[in-house]
Amino acid sequence: MEKSKKMRQIAIYGKGGIGKSTTTQNTVAGLASLGKKVMIVGCDPKADSTRLILHAKAQETVMDKVRELGTVEDLELDDVLKYGYGDVKCVESGGPEPGVGCAGRGVITAINFLEEEGAYTDDLDFVFYDVLGDVVCGGFAMPIRENKAEEIYIVVSGEMMAMYAANNISKGILKYSTSGNVRLAGLICNSRNTDREADLIEALAAKLGTQMIHFVPRDNQVQRAELRRMTVIEYSPEHKQADEYRTLAQKINDNKMFVVPTPLEMDELEELLMEFGIMEVDDEENVGKAENA
Amino acid sequence: MANNLGLAVKPVTETPESEKKRVAEWINTEEYKELNFKREALVVMPPHTCQPLGAELVAHAFEGSLPFVHGSQGCASYYRSTLNRHFREPAPAVSDSMTEDGAVFGGQNNLHEGLENCIALYKPKMVSVFTSCMPEIIGDDLTSFIKNARNAGLVPEEMPVPYANTPSFNGSHIHGYDAMLLSILQTLTDGKKVEGRCTGKLNLIPGFDANTGNFREYKRIFSEFGIEGLILGDISDVFDSPLDGEYRTYPGGTPLEDAADSINGKATITVGPRSSAKTFKWVEDNYAGTNESMPMPLGIANTDAFLMKIAELTGHEVPESLKAERGRAVDAMTDAHQYIHGKKFAVYGDPDQLMGYISFLLEMGAVPYHVLINKGTKKVAKEVQALLDSSPYGAKATIYHKHDLWHLRSLLMTDPVDAIIGDTHGKGLARDAGIPLFRFGFPIFDRVNLHRRPIIGYQGAINMLTEICNKFLDITDETCDERHFEIMR
Repeated sequence: MEKSKKMRQIAIYGKGGIGKSTTTQNTVAGLASLGKKVMIVGCDPKADSTRLILHAKAQETVMDKVRELGTVEDLELDDVLKYGYGDVKCVESGGPEPGVGCAGRGVITAINFLEEEGAYTDDLDFVFYDVLGDVVCGGFAMPIRENKAEEIYIVVSGEMMAMYAANNISKGILKYSTSGNVRLAGLICNSRNTDREADLIEALAAKLGTQMIHFVPRDNQVQRAELRRMTVIEYSPEHKQADEYRTLAQKINDNKMFVVPTPLEMDELEELLMEFGIMEVDDEENVGKAENA
Repeated sequence: MANNLGLAVKPVTETPESEKKRVAEWINTEEYKELNFKREALVVMPPHTCQPLGAELVAHAFEGSLPFVHGSQGCASYYRSTLNRHFREPAPAVSDSMTEDGAVFGGQNNLHEGLENCIALYKPKMVSVFTSCMPEIIGDDLTSFIKNARNAGLVPEEMPVPYANTPSFNGSHIHGYDAMLLSILQTLTDGKKVEGRCTGKLNLIPGFDANTGNFREYKRIFSEFGIEGLILGDISDVFDSPLDGEYRTYPGGTPLEDAADSINGKATITVGPRSSAKTFKWVEDNYAGTNESMPMPLGIANTDAFLMKIAELTGHEVPESLKAERGRAVDAMTDAHQYIHGKKFAVYGDPDQLMGYISFLLEMGAVPYHVLINKGTKKVAKEVQALLDSSPYGAKATIYHKHDLWHLRSLLMTDPVDAIIGDTHGKGLARDAGIPLFRFGFPIFDRVNLHRRPIIGYQGAINMLTEICNKFLDITDETCDERHFEIMR
């Protein structure tokens, strides 16, 4: 499908629970406050990618409606497209209950539906795909197929597993970049207050050939805003945390650094973790030994 | 009870004859019909088939094009056997035969090996790839797979490899037809548009149509006009090839060069507005000439509109020969009208064909009564309603757009009609209801040569009329009492 040249499509990936949805919505709110037209497409059966923008518990999803109608053919765009803060367009793909069916196909169905029904209007500056923790199957790679998102940001923190995940996602991007235009655009560090976190993520970014586009400090204001189902930007626009997200939004808006990532081998990644004291150097001998052995 | 070896077999359950008789009668009742219409989770005898089958039909319709199923082998066999049962011709197509490992790891290796093999073995000019359910569920990305195949040098540089996502669990064969045709035209015409060039040809998109006679009729109409026409997706020689002792893998189809140049055509008409909707939308945005979407030319009015549109687009007058043909068709209708006027019909089919049948019946003063739209949507149901509203003979019709042939059976048994128009799948219903079935649709597995006799155009109108009225006359002869058994009818 032909898309207007100026529309930028962005996918947000990262380990489960890292704060993708919160970061995405706050950043989108930041872009909206800069006057940008944005659409969020939630690609996670949990459907929590738009609640802060819509002030809703959970938006009715594409797959909810499909379940109700028994077919995608009679579904209309107005049924599932809602407008929230800053005129942000919100859609959730939704999906089956945990443990049944195929959530990946749900993402494919939802995105095909949006394309066919003309949700990608020319006036949009950005489309954000907020994608489930890991790219577990072909369906969750749908947002980075040809003619869709070409920029990927990975949300990460200084915790070991988050960095493993970031590296794995980079492997996925590398694979897709050979056949399409998908590029890694940066790491967003969503701070967990671990030691030397910013330095570590800067170092990881350098190894991956990318940048840490922004370090988002930890601040409970985010949680306070979430209790009201709002982004910080809307809840307390004067708060310093709102500035952080606006800065991130501005950096994404201005970003020109799109790279094919150079993922690390496992040894390399572990070396990096040792260098920053997250893993101990003499690990190898101690592997499998109990604390008091 | 004994089996074919003469050994005693104990039946698992025994249903008394009286119970069988009771149920057989019960399923014909109003009470059963109401229960039947409450059915939600189950489809019994769906009147449509799946996307890849439509994709395969059009993948055969281009010169040297080899249909390639990315997915399961069993699925591929189903499409092929359906096509060869209908046409009684081979349907050479290949599959990359994805199995358990393909489902887990993705089907790229299957696709790549499959492409290498089929190009080496069957020497196609084009490989047209479409999918069965499995790769669709797991989210195989055809765009990147085929790009990777090219980068790896598995496909000769100049060979077009159009591809379409055709999940069987969505839409029906007409949507798969549309998706594959769109990709074929996009691939072939890429970079072929020349500013200011006009081939002078009229492009025709027939839509999903498995009647080779119709294709020959379109071509005859072009030649009567004295114009150059190009059918985008021509199955006539592919599925109606001469038996002369020589087997040809690719016996016909629209020449690839002509299809590529079709983007510089004088005009493009689709007569399958609903089975080529996406293709036509793209043609409108990309083709040089004038583009028109019109009903399939079934019946007089639709044929009139079709011919006048050709005249308008090409600047050629409607030829006298076709005018005379129209006169003969109208004469045939007048001669026969008393045998069809007022007769009630159950009609079902794909939307484009179905609307054609209805249009024809209304012209004859026949009454479309139960109208079942294959895989119908609300939008199509509205369009069918508008057509029915255009004639007083349409007033008694009820449209069913989310129903199957088992629903139709209940309708036939509780609110009888005189005949059914459909395809072979309706024969059980016709038998139970004791009425004739006219096989104008797809597939036709149980009669010979019906795919060779056109139903489009004036000649097609005469053909439909002849079949219907003669059948009614047969019934009269077979069932009338001796006093009314006449030589002349």
